[in-house]
This record gives sequence, structure tokens and C-alpha cells, in this order.
Amino acid sequence: MEMPLLDVRDLTVEFATRRGTVQAVKRVNLSIGKGETLGVVGESGSGKSVTSYAVMRILDRAGRIAEGAVSFSGIALRELPEREMQDLRGREISMIFQNPRAALNPIRSVGRQIADVLLQHGQATRANARAKAIEALTQVRIARPEERYDAYPFELSGGMCQRVVIALALACRPRLLIADEPTTGLDVTTQKVVMELVTELTRERGMSTLLITHDLGLAAAYCDRVAVMEKGVVVEQAEAAAIFRAPAHPYTRRLMRATPRPGAGLRDLLPQEAPRPADPPPDPRQGEALLEVAGLVKEYSRGGGLLGRLAGRAAPAPFRAVDGLSFTVRRGESLGLVGESGCGKSTTSMMVMRLLDPTAGSIRLKGQEISGIPARGFASSPLRSRIQMVFQDPTDSLNPRLTAARAIADPILRMGTARGAALRARVEELAGLVGLPRPLLDRFPHQLSGGQKARVGIARAIALDPELVILDEPTAALDVSVQAVVLNLLQDLKLRLGMSYLFVSHDLHVVRLLCDRVIVMRQGRVVEEGPVEQVLEAPRADYTRELLAAIPHPPV
Amino acid sequence: MDAPLPLTAEAEPRPSAAIALLRHARYVISGNVVTAASFVLFFLLLLCAAFGPWLAPYDPLASDTMAALQPPSAAHWLGTDHLGRDILSRIVVATRLDMGIAISSVALVFVLGGLAGVAAGYFGGWTDRIVGRLADTIMAFPLFVLAMGIVAALGNTVTNIVIATAIVNFPLYARIARAEAAVRRDAGYVQAARLTGNGEMRVLLGTILPNILPIMAVQMSLTMGYAILNAAGLSFIGLGVKPPTPEWGIMVAEGASFIVSGEWWVALFPGLALMLAVFCFNLLGDGLRDIVDPQRRT
Repeated sequence: MEMPLLDVRDLTVEFATRRGTVQAVKRVNLSIGKGETLGVVGESGSGKSVTSYAVMRILDRAGRIAEGAVSFSGIALRELPEREMQDLRGREISMIFQNPRAALNPIRSVGRQIADVLLQHGQATRANARAKAIEALTQVRIARPEERYDAYPFELSGGMCQRVVIALALACRPRLLIADEPTTGLDVTTQKVVMELVTELTRERGMSTLLITHDLGLAAAYCDRVAVMEKGVVVEQAEAAAIFRAPAHPYTRRLMRATPRPGAGLRDLLPQEAPRPADPPPDPRQGEALLEVAGLVKEYSRGGGLLGRLAGRAAPAPFRAVDGLSFTVRRGESLGLVGESGCGKSTTSMMVMRLLDPTAGSIRLKGQEISGIPARGFASSPLRSRIQMVFQDPTDSLNPRLTAARAIADPILRMGTARGAALRARVEELAGLVGLPRPLLDRFPHQLSGGQKARVGIARAIALDPELVILDEPTAALDVSVQAVVLNLLQDLKLRLGMSYLFVSHDLHVVRLLCDRVIVMRQGRVVEEGPVEQVLEAPRADYTRELLAAIPHPPV
Repeated sequence: MDAPLPLTAEAEPRPSAAIALLRHARYVISGNVVTAASFVLFFLLLLCAAFGPWLAPYDPLASDTMAALQPPSAAHWLGTDHLGRDILSRIVVATRLDMGIAISSVALVFVLGGLAGVAAGYFGGWTDRIVGRLADTIMAFPLFVLAMGIVAALGNTVTNIVIATAIVNFPLYARIARAEAAVRRDAGYVQAARLTGNGEMRVLLGTILPNILPIMAVQMSLTMGYAILNAAGLSFIGLGVKPPTPEWGIMVAEGASFIVSGEWWVALFPGLALMLAVFCFNLLGDGLRDIVDPQRRT
């Protein structure tokens, strides 16, 4: 075999922390041949990003390469002087980061940022930098590149920004591209476009790619070889097709099992068949309408501004985030609300939740009209406790200054009756229901893991036995194995407590696991509605088909 | 009734929050010599403020014309002034007054500016406009001149110095509190607090305010230095505390005329005390930020 382009031998990376030295990466061996795409897959904390930072020598102050060698086409990167390393970054090896907006300078137009990189690495002169930057924008298929040259990052969508970042990364024709979670935070259809673009451009130029991702499906779809990392160690490394056909390591098998995929039920995601409580008999009231939403509209004015008004210009037509939405959630049912970012699903859930006032339409909970009660005053309504929510980001939705126990107790203190010992007992009972160990109750959010925080959020939502719980992408910020456990927990709780769910998500496969019916939304309107199996197996709308096709999944 | 759910989560005993914070403070202080020095200086200042009259070797008001304008010596470590009063004693005793003015004015502005700013950031609209314009109006004047004007108008008392110092610092606090509250207004945990039945006032005072307190506390330490300077400055120009009360600003003012004739110690040492106090609070602010900054917590 010829010499690999990038060869990582026995790489060990250490971080100096308060509790002594921590090895984030332990004796990792990786190699990428010319024109090859290597996927590094693992959950958060597996050391996959740290490995790439070590290769680029951009570890933060506390981190250092303790051991091992990194060679890039024969050059030993670890010993290279910082000056030469700087030249290498961007020109020979470049990187795409997770958050495209954060990677771009917000006060410089995107075209000039590309021109800067070209000039810095001597790929262009002052005279032709603009033309070359526009050419780079054309290559990442940005429509009207001459106009976009002068656009600022905030004027572009997330997918567009990621394309600009790719244009930046590829501007100097590097030989190795490191893509660190390049599509996390993008919609599935955008993800597909971006990944295909990267694949095509790198193939065209004979570039090698190191793709770092938590998504097995993504790795399977776009990588030649895959390395699976767990706790800083590469546990398995093989051809992509082989690894998914016959995963050798137990961790890989567990990861694959936990990934939602066609044909697998909710219970199939868990590591092993555990004894389950028998499902209780169905609620006799099952089937009656719990939440009825009709003709719901939310408009945001686009205000022409004071100057425009003074000049006598008419204000532009208001933007309709939700445009005449109607649906019903029945008792004991789970309804999925699916769509890409900006389709109005979050706005809808906020209005149903009574955190936002609708422009028009009616929301009836248990037959009572609640859209008339202003959002500000709904906190004191007796219906407040009947309808609760589990938030998307478990970290953001917990008050950093409250312990887990206090957070769970909050709704009871405000709207319940239990106090003192009875309150503590109820909190402990709730913690038991969501599987949160009792000693963790006195911790603050920053002392809990993502999965534990998700449990606290769920316990808080069910504290007053609500009848309807809105789940706003409750697992989007979690690792797949944790996601599998949390989804199962939600299903158990629903059966045991007889709640109904309105599940808001962008991921059809996740929705299928938990929901009976699904609504596909686009631009504030319903595109398709029906039983979940029918929508997924035989979608009627083109948009649904497009969404389904865009989801990468490992070959099963 | 709880059947075991097939869930896993690790559990280990943790120290209580207060102990964890103390440990963290120790970690930050031990890792930073400057912060440690500022904490030592701070405790020294507190000591002087609390026990000044007992620590001072001489009576700060007793004049002894025989020993006037003596340079630093074994008997008078920092020399004596034109009335023969011991400068060291006067500096030590003055600590209580200077710190008292600074702390009470900062406490006052912390409450007023903090509450006004939080309300402005949270409610927006008219509340925001009124608080914002008020802050702008105060900012439109040179701050020290404004403080002078307030004291001159209200009368020359310690209470009025405190009020004047608080008023000039109002915009700073109001703006920081406003910005921090506006960022948190739609944070997930604030929405969650609304869902759990907290009314708007309760969300504001019970959820948002506690979360911006650490940031405000850092600001407090930083403005403390300014408040000390402001009080001393007012006294220096004769608008504050009246002689013969020992106060750093007056002492510098009184000593200034003797610098020309070579008696440098009369003005230098109180000025040094002033400088050290301001310096101490500025460094303390940096240290406090490291302690309360969640980024540095592990």
C-alpha cells in the first residue's frame, strides 16, 4: 500500500484539569489514503473532535499531545514549527466546523472573507481576488454569486453559510479536508445537499476527507472507511459497508441498535430486552378530543420602519409563520408535528403552550377556548397545569441556580398543594418515575449529564399530571444511545400516566417511534396528515418523499 | 408501584453547593497571585474599617504643633501633617468613612439600578424607554460635575455624597442589568418557569434576577473603586466631608500645598491609600469574575 496522506500513530492527548490530567484521546491510530474519506464516529466525549484538533494543532491551552506521531504526506506535524504549521492550515489541510455562522466573521462580507484567505495563502492577487472568490462561490453552487459576494453572514441561511464555509475551506485547494460535524444543526434536505456537494468537490479534486460525526447514517452514506471511537479509544475501524453489515465491537453494535432506522420499533433501540411493566388498561376516555386547533395563524409584521412610514410607503405584508393550521389531539394519542426549520412547528407549539399569542384562530383544550387568554396571564389559569412542555435543549431549559429537586418542585410549589415532607416525597417519586437516581436531586444542572438533565426536564413537565405534554425535539441535543433511552422513557410514562403527546420534531424516523399520527408542515401549512405508518411507507406529498429520501441511515 | 425502568445513570455523592463554591474560590485564588494579593488587601481594608480607632497608634484629631510637618520616623511612621497629627493614624481611621461611603453608595445603586435595568430588559416597551432615557440623561453630564452639582444642591453631608455617587453610577448598573435580562428573557429556563405557573413578576424577580446577580456582583467590585475616588474627589474640592474629620480626599487636599515646600509625605500617603484601595477593588473584580464565571467551573 502506498504511503497514506495522513498517518496518525499512537496519538495520546492530555488535558490538564483541576482533578489532574485527563486523557481525552488514548493511543489512536488512523490513516487516510489519497482521495479517501474516513469517518470518525462516536458520541459526545468520545474524543473524535479532539483528535482532529490535535492533528491541526489547535488544541486549547489546557490540552497537549502527550504521545504519538502525526505525519501529513511525510511531514511530521507534531514537531513542525508554528509558522510552517500556520501556512499548512488552510493551504494543505482545512477544516469545516459545526456551526457555520460562528465560523464566519459577522462583520465582513462573505466574498471578502474568501478573498482574504486566497490572498493570505498567495492564491490570488489584489487584482483578481474578487473574481476568484466569486468563482469559489460558484463552485459551491451559490446562486447569483456576484450578488452574494457582498452579503453578510446574517443575511444568509444556515445552509448557505455552510456552503460559504466550504468555499472558504476549499478555496486554496487543500489536500485534506477535516469536516467536524459539518451538517449538525442543518435540516435534513440541506444536509443532503451540503454532503453531496462536499463529496463531489473532494472527489473531483482527489482530496481526502476526515468526516467527524455522531450520525452513523451519515458516515455510512458518505464514507469509505469508518473508525468508531468510544472514550478516547478507537474500538473498531473497517470498510464502511463491512462495519454496518457486521459490527465487531459491542459498542458499535450498541450504537447501531440505538440509531432510529426503518423497521425498528421503539423497544428495539434499547441494548437488551428488559422486563417491562405490563401496559395498563386503556383509559376509557381514550379517543375523545383533548386539544382542538382550528385556523391557527401567527403573523409577524415586517415593519417598513419609521423612515419608510414617513416616506409614505405602505408597510410590507406581514410574514405568516403559521398559516391557518388545524389539527386535533385525542386523549391518549401521540401526534407528531414534523417539518424543517422555519416551517412554523415551534411557533405552533408555543401558541398551543400559551407562551405566545396567536394572530387568529382557536385553540380549545378539553372543550375550553384558551386562545383568548393572553399569554402573560395564562400562568394563573387553572388550565396551566393541564398542559406542559419538555424543551429541546435540556441545558438551556433548566435554571442554572436551582437544584434538580427544586426544579422538579417548581410547578408543585406554584400550582400544587404538597409542601415540606410531602413535596420532597413527591419529587423523589417523580425522580423514580423518570429514572433519576436520588443522590443527583441535590445537584445543579452543570453537575448533570445531558441525559440526566433531560430526565429532570421530563420530571418537571409531568409533576402535576398534565393531560397534554408538548415534546419540542426533546432528544435533539442528546446522543443516540441516550435518545433511545429517553424516547422509551417517554413512551412508558405516557402509557402509565395516560397523557397525550404533541411531538414536535424534524426527524421523521424519531417521530415514527413515538407517534400514532403525523402532520408534515411546510411554510406554516399542513402538507400531509395521516397515520404514521402510512405517511412513512406511502407518502402522498412530494415534500414528504423528499424529506424521507434525505434522511441518511445505515444499511440494515 | 414503581417497577424498575431499564435506565442507567451514575450517582456519586457530591459536596454541598457552598462548599463547592469555597473550593472553587480557593482554586481560583491559589491559581492567581494577583487575585490572592487583592483579597489580602481587601481584608486589610476591612480590618482597618472595622477596628481603625483601636489600631491607630495616635488620636487622629489630636494636634501637636511642636511636632508639625515631621518626616516619616520611628515615632510617626508616615510623618505628621501641618497640625502635627499622625498621618498613619488618620489614614487608618479614615478607612471606615471612605469605605462606608463607597459600600453604601454601591449598595444603593446596585438595588435601584439593578431593579430598574432588569425591569427594562424584561418588559421592554415603555419601561425600557423610561429607564433608558433616564440613564442617557445622567450620562449626558460629566459624571463628576454632576456629582458636584448634586452635593452642592442637596447640601454638604455624607448621606448626600452617598446619594450623588449612587446617581452617577446608575446608568452603568441599569444598562448591564438591562442587557443581561434582555438576553435571558426568552431563555429556555425562563419559558419553563412561565410554564410551571410563575407570574411575570415572579419570573423577573425569582428567575432572571438571581441569574444576573453574579455578573452584577463583579460590576459592584469594579465600581467600588470609582465610588471611593468620587467620594475622595468631592472632599478634595471641599464639597464632601468637612475637616478635621480624617478622610483621604481631604488629607490629600490639605497636603497638596506642602508638596512645593518639600513636605511630600503629607499628600503622598493618603493618596497611596486611595490608590491601593481602588487598585484592590479593580483586581478583586477580575478575581470575582473568575469565581462566578461558569466557564471556569468544572
